[in-house]
Amino acid sequence: MKMSPKVYTIGMLLSMVLGIIIAACAAPAPTPVASEEAAAPAAQEQAKSTLDIVKERGKIICVGNANLPGFGFLDEEGNFSGFDVDYCKAMAAAIFGDASKFEIRPATAKERFTVLQSGEADVLIRNTTWTMSRDTDLGMNFAPTTFYDGQGIMVRKDSGIKTLQDLNGASICVQTGTTTELNLADQMAAAGIEYEPVVFETADEVTTAYEEGRCDAWTTDKSGLVSRQTVLKDPSAHEIMDVTLSKEPLGPAVRHGDDQWFDLVKWVTFSTFLAEEHGITSENIDSFMDSTDPNIRKLLGLEGEFCAKIGLENDCFANVIRQVGNYAEIYNRNLGPDTVFNLPRGLNSLYTDGGLLYSPPIR
Amino acid sequence: MQQRAIHPSQERPPFWRDERVLSVISQIVVVGIVVGLLAFFYTNMVSSLREQLGVPIDYGFLKQTAGFDIGESLISYSRSDTYARAFLVGLLNTLQVAVLGIVFATILGIIIGVMRLSTNFLVNRIATAYIEFLRNVPLLVLLIFWAQAVFFKLPRIKEAIILPGPIYLSNRGIAIPWGIPTETWPTYTRILLGGLVLAIIVTIVLRERGKRTGRMPILSLWFLVTLIAVGIIGWFVLPQPPLVLDRPELVGFNTKGGRTLSQQFMALLSGLVIYTAAFIAEVVRAGIQSVSKGQREAATALGLTPFQVLRLVIFPQALRVIIPPLTSQYLNLTKNSSLAIAIGYPDLFAVAGNTILNQTGRAVEVFSLVMGIYLFFSLTTSLFMNIYNRRIRLVER
Ligand SMILES: N[C@@H](CCC(=O)N[C@@H](CS)C(=O)NCC(=O)O)C(=O)O
Repeated sequence: MKMSPKVYTIGMLLSMVLGIIIAACAAPAPTPVASEEAAAPAAQEQAKSTLDIVKERGKIICVGNANLPGFGFLDEEGNFSGFDVDYCKAMAAAIFGDASKFEIRPATAKERFTVLQSGEADVLIRNTTWTMSRDTDLGMNFAPTTFYDGQGIMVRKDSGIKTLQDLNGASICVQTGTTTELNLADQMAAAGIEYEPVVFETADEVTTAYEEGRCDAWTTDKSGLVSRQTVLKDPSAHEIMDVTLSKEPLGPAVRHGDDQWFDLVKWVTFSTFLAEEHGITSENIDSFMDSTDPNIRKLLGLEGEFCAKIGLENDCFANVIRQVGNYAEIYNRNLGPDTVFNLPRGLNSLYTDGGLLYSPPIR
Repeated sequence: MQQRAIHPSQERPPFWRDERVLSVISQIVVVGIVVGLLAFFYTNMVSSLREQLGVPIDYGFLKQTAGFDIGESLISYSRSDTYARAFLVGLLNTLQVAVLGIVFATILGIIIGVMRLSTNFLVNRIATAYIEFLRNVPLLVLLIFWAQAVFFKLPRIKEAIILPGPIYLSNRGIAIPWGIPTETWPTYTRILLGGLVLAIIVTIVLRERGKRTGRMPILSLWFLVTLIAVGIIGWFVLPQPPLVLDRPELVGFNTKGGRTLSQQFMALLSGLVIYTAAFIAEVVRAGIQSVSKGQREAATALGLTPFQVLRLVIFPQALRVIIPPLTSQYLNLTKNSSLAIAIGYPDLFAVAGNTILNQTGRAVEVFSLVMGIYLFFSLTTSLFMNIYNRRIRLVER
């Protein structure tokens, strides 16, 4: 039997076509755009929900920061601590009744969304600003803001820089993958100031370049500046300028496509606001167990089945408060007067104290 | 049946034991599997992009406003330009480093490669130490060391070292005087173009005469001399010099005027050059050593000077061995320039693979473009080097 080149070529072509057909069958068939809406709910029922996956795994995985003291920081013993980390713990407490059942997946600014989108983690809690394009283009859903921030600029004290105008001609270090890269361009263009941006990938590279005098200033969220100032060689030689370049509402985010999971993250976050509003703390929570106030009874799971609506046991919020605390406790533990940061609450106070923290009611 | 018994050797084995058929079938199967896998990954990617995130592949974002600034650019660029233009800025920055890097790495590499073969003990050892050290350090480590331990340690701009010129040397970079085109510049470029044509003619004429008389002048030298002569004459003939010198001066936080080669650019370029030069040196050494000793001895016996031996006998033959591995060093240098992000230089990868990707979230689109561009750079380099390689190949009679 002799294979002519023709037969050979046809064989090759056939096998390619076959390969493609087999692959196409194996892959989920691409849904035509028109029927997408109709197909989506059905598909979701079949696929495992994020909550199921988390419960099966036995722990929740949060994308976090490892380099931002006060928000997310990895210490010498290999433990994570910080404001954002406490919110990850709060999710674990609500789901498992055990705040230790969590894992932080550290990521740089540019990696964080990919890590969440790829399903490697369940929720993103890494000083992440809520913006419209992240909410839409990047396929994120943002839970309530836990920290209202704004972008600031750090300069050397002896540089004499006081206002934005003083920065004319300066070079400014900034980290890639952040909102701050864009805000800087916007604000400087608006003010008509010329500057040289120097863009690095990690916060450490940015601060090294700044400390070595490569840049006259560096910019990021004010909370980030305060936090990173503590790890500079000589923190007292630097100061944060009295200008705010932007609004930076920071909070947890989940990926599109699982509404129940989104609700869960949202309401666990709200529960810390509500607990502070009602004066319930991790220490005094037991004294509220016989409260007659319906609002408190609902929050603590003594009345109604609210936790069940997000797929959890009835004491889900009580566990958050007992094991992690209310908003004020979380804030003070990580950023409050007893810490090196000593950040005033400012906008991050309850609405009753002139701040922006406001939770819709549980009912 | 009977036939088989009579001519057993002429009978074919059944097709499943026929080596030729089996080899063809196995090839078909392998191709099927590979294509199948690729198709699977592709459909999987497209469908999960569409269904899970609701973002089908779309390059339309390139026309939107970029919104971010870029530290240095060869073309005018501001935050209100499009992503496509930001891409172009990154691309040109990469090209700038790659082209200059290739030129300098080749020069340095040849010098070190020749030094390595020197019989002078000290020269030889210096070259060996250079090569062995650099070939065994990861490039990323070298670049970060170079940027942070060398360039960052230069004085701050206020205490800049001022060399005559003036040249300001600081950890911002190097500010040098630079020419600004005047009204006569366009005419001057035309004069230079004419000079180029003249130089080519001179070279051809000299080569023909060299062939006739048997004494070949150094053509590249004459080419340059002609070009420069035209350049100089043109400069003074024009009513107004085509370029005026713009000197840098210290204003506020930075130098103004002249031209500033940023610290990131210098660090990246010099890092790539000294690293790649070590590899090129080895390539050059191997090439020279591949020319048999007899050639050198014969050339010396004919009374050629050592320089002539190198230029006329050794190098032309060594080139044949050098060009193919040299091509891959050029490709490596171009691709290695994507480490720029680590030291803050806005090359193609830093601008597109980082900032644009982060602002748009379009990983597939951005990376397909970035890979396509690197592939294009590499293939073009290969193409030119292959053409050159074919030209210098030993022509066998
Ligand atoms: N909130 C901004 C900025 C967040 C951000 O990444 N901040 C930097 C500067 S402090 C940071 O945390 N870097 C730590 C790291 O990348 O290791 C955003 O969401 O884009």
